[in-house]
Amino acid sequence: MKILVPVKRVLDYNIKARAKADGSGVALAGLKMSLNPFDEIALEAAIRLKEAGLATEVVALSCGDAMVQEGLRTALALGADRALWVSSTTELQPLAVAKLLQAVVLREMPTLVICGKQAIDDDANQTGQMLAALLNWGQATNAAEIQMGEGRVDVVRETDGGTETLRLLLPAVITTDLRLNEPRYATLPNIMKARKKPIETLTPEELGVTVEPRLKTLRVQEPPQRPAGIKVDSVATLLARLKNEAKVI
Amino acid sequence: MENRILLVTELGPDGHLKSSIRSLLAAAKALKGDTDVLIWGGDTTSALVEAQHLPGIHRVLNGSGATLAEGLAEMLCALVRPLARQYTHILTAATAIGKNWMPRLAALEDVAMISDVVGVESSDTFIRPIYAGSIWATVCCPESLKLMTVRTTAFPGVEGERTEPVPVENLPCPAAMPLSTRISVHTHAQEGRPSLENARVVVSGGRGLGSAEHYEALLGPLAEELNAALGASRAAVDLGYAPNDVQVGQTGKVVAPDLYIAIGISGAIQHLAGMQTSRVIVAINKDPDAPIFAVADYGLVGDLNLLVPELTAALQK
Repeated sequence: MKILVPVKRVLDYNIKARAKADGSGVALAGLKMSLNPFDEIALEAAIRLKEAGLATEVVALSCGDAMVQEGLRTALALGADRALWVSSTTELQPLAVAKLLQAVVLREMPTLVICGKQAIDDDANQTGQMLAALLNWGQATNAAEIQMGEGRVDVVRETDGGTETLRLLLPAVITTDLRLNEPRYATLPNIMKARKKPIETLTPEELGVTVEPRLKTLRVQEPPQRPAGIKVDSVATLLARLKNEAKVI
Repeated sequence: MENRILLVTELGPDGHLKSSIRSLLAAAKALKGDTDVLIWGGDTTSALVEAQHLPGIHRVLNGSGATLAEGLAEMLCALVRPLARQYTHILTAATAIGKNWMPRLAALEDVAMISDVVGVESSDTFIRPIYAGSIWATVCCPESLKLMTVRTTAFPGVEGERTEPVPVENLPCPAAMPLSTRISVHTHAQEGRPSLENARVVVSGGRGLGSAEHYEALLGPLAEELNAALGASRAAVDLGYAPNDVQVGQTGKVVAPDLYIAIGISGAIQHLAGMQTSRVIVAINKDPDAPIFAVADYGLVGDLNLLVPELTAALQK
């Protein structure tokens, strides 16, 4: 069984994103980029399935400019067997990425696609679901547990009131939530080895996909700030304020 | 062209309409246009009458039947898709269910989708948070069919009832599909507490609680006293102090209660994104420089192990 794991390189989650002064975009120049944390969880899930003898190959894929190869090197260092780079300098929105993934799936024929539930830059939470739709595959988003079966996979997924278990026919798309696993770190020897592994390059044209962005970002800005409050010195003062001033209790 | 708006709403576990429909009505009002409401579920009997009396709508579309009981994305798309092109806008709340099916419908209809809308500037321009809520993007969507999930906390609900019910159109219940089936459900016991989305007061705990035992022992009695829902920061969930479904933040739930009490929560941006539109915020933390104090109306610096029981005791008086 082959597993495809799409990964995205995003602003490191420890860095607070800021809008450019002219509001034209997010300031990213010179800042540390990392693999999207949900994608690391997806990759870890795929690697563990391979280690458990339930998968034979883990293929990592990333779409974007030359820099996304860095993310693929990380994926290879973590344990992906192969890496595919769909090279494009166009801004890639979720629907375009889903179409690129669909085209790659039709070439690679994986049994499972495991993606992060959302990328922490655009926070769209769309690509996995869109891919499932385009392939007419079943989908299980926000996975907390994955159990492979014969011709099917059972996925415990996080819902608003708890969890539910879905049984999907294979092939299927799964998107990962935080509790699925704790991703490993790449070891130095593996990082070194990953540098020498080949990355296969594809283009949207070769895949027959139009990637022109549909949505237009007119401006970005910091959200409205709450006015600063006050510090109170005791529980009694706090309660008095909540009763008499804020009138919430 | 006149906008034609469809609001798709899920029902609460009790089978009644969720109050979030009133926020969707507010978003529809900002868009301006004829508005229909679609309800769906295994049995929509109670919610149907409630929906028919919502203000400012033209009709109710009713999808009721066994294949819709589980809220599977594949089924909801089969229900909504045949109607989709009758509308210019389809909105649903950005819940776990809404986030699951709406992108699937978007791809089936070959349109881009807008997630987590917090503001409507015009019928094609919307505001949505990105980067864990530290930035707001204003996005123009030129699609002829605009699909979006709405962050309902950003839209104060439309009040009122109509006296005469609007007409109902019953929708054919989609045939079962083999792609996915729900084989079990596990609902976390709320022990009589209100749900996070609807609670007037939310008591949330973070890393500062120190253990799952402390989380429950310190926050439980306080929540009971205030009839509050319990929430948690991502750190508290990661550390196993609280279940994932009470996580408040950009990747968890977004809440906006009248009173939000953050206990032992430092205030990472991704947490603030989930609660900073609450009406009144109280923070209790031992670190006077914690970022949570920058958004708190009232801050109390000190040992939560002493302050929280003291607060609970004072409320009991």
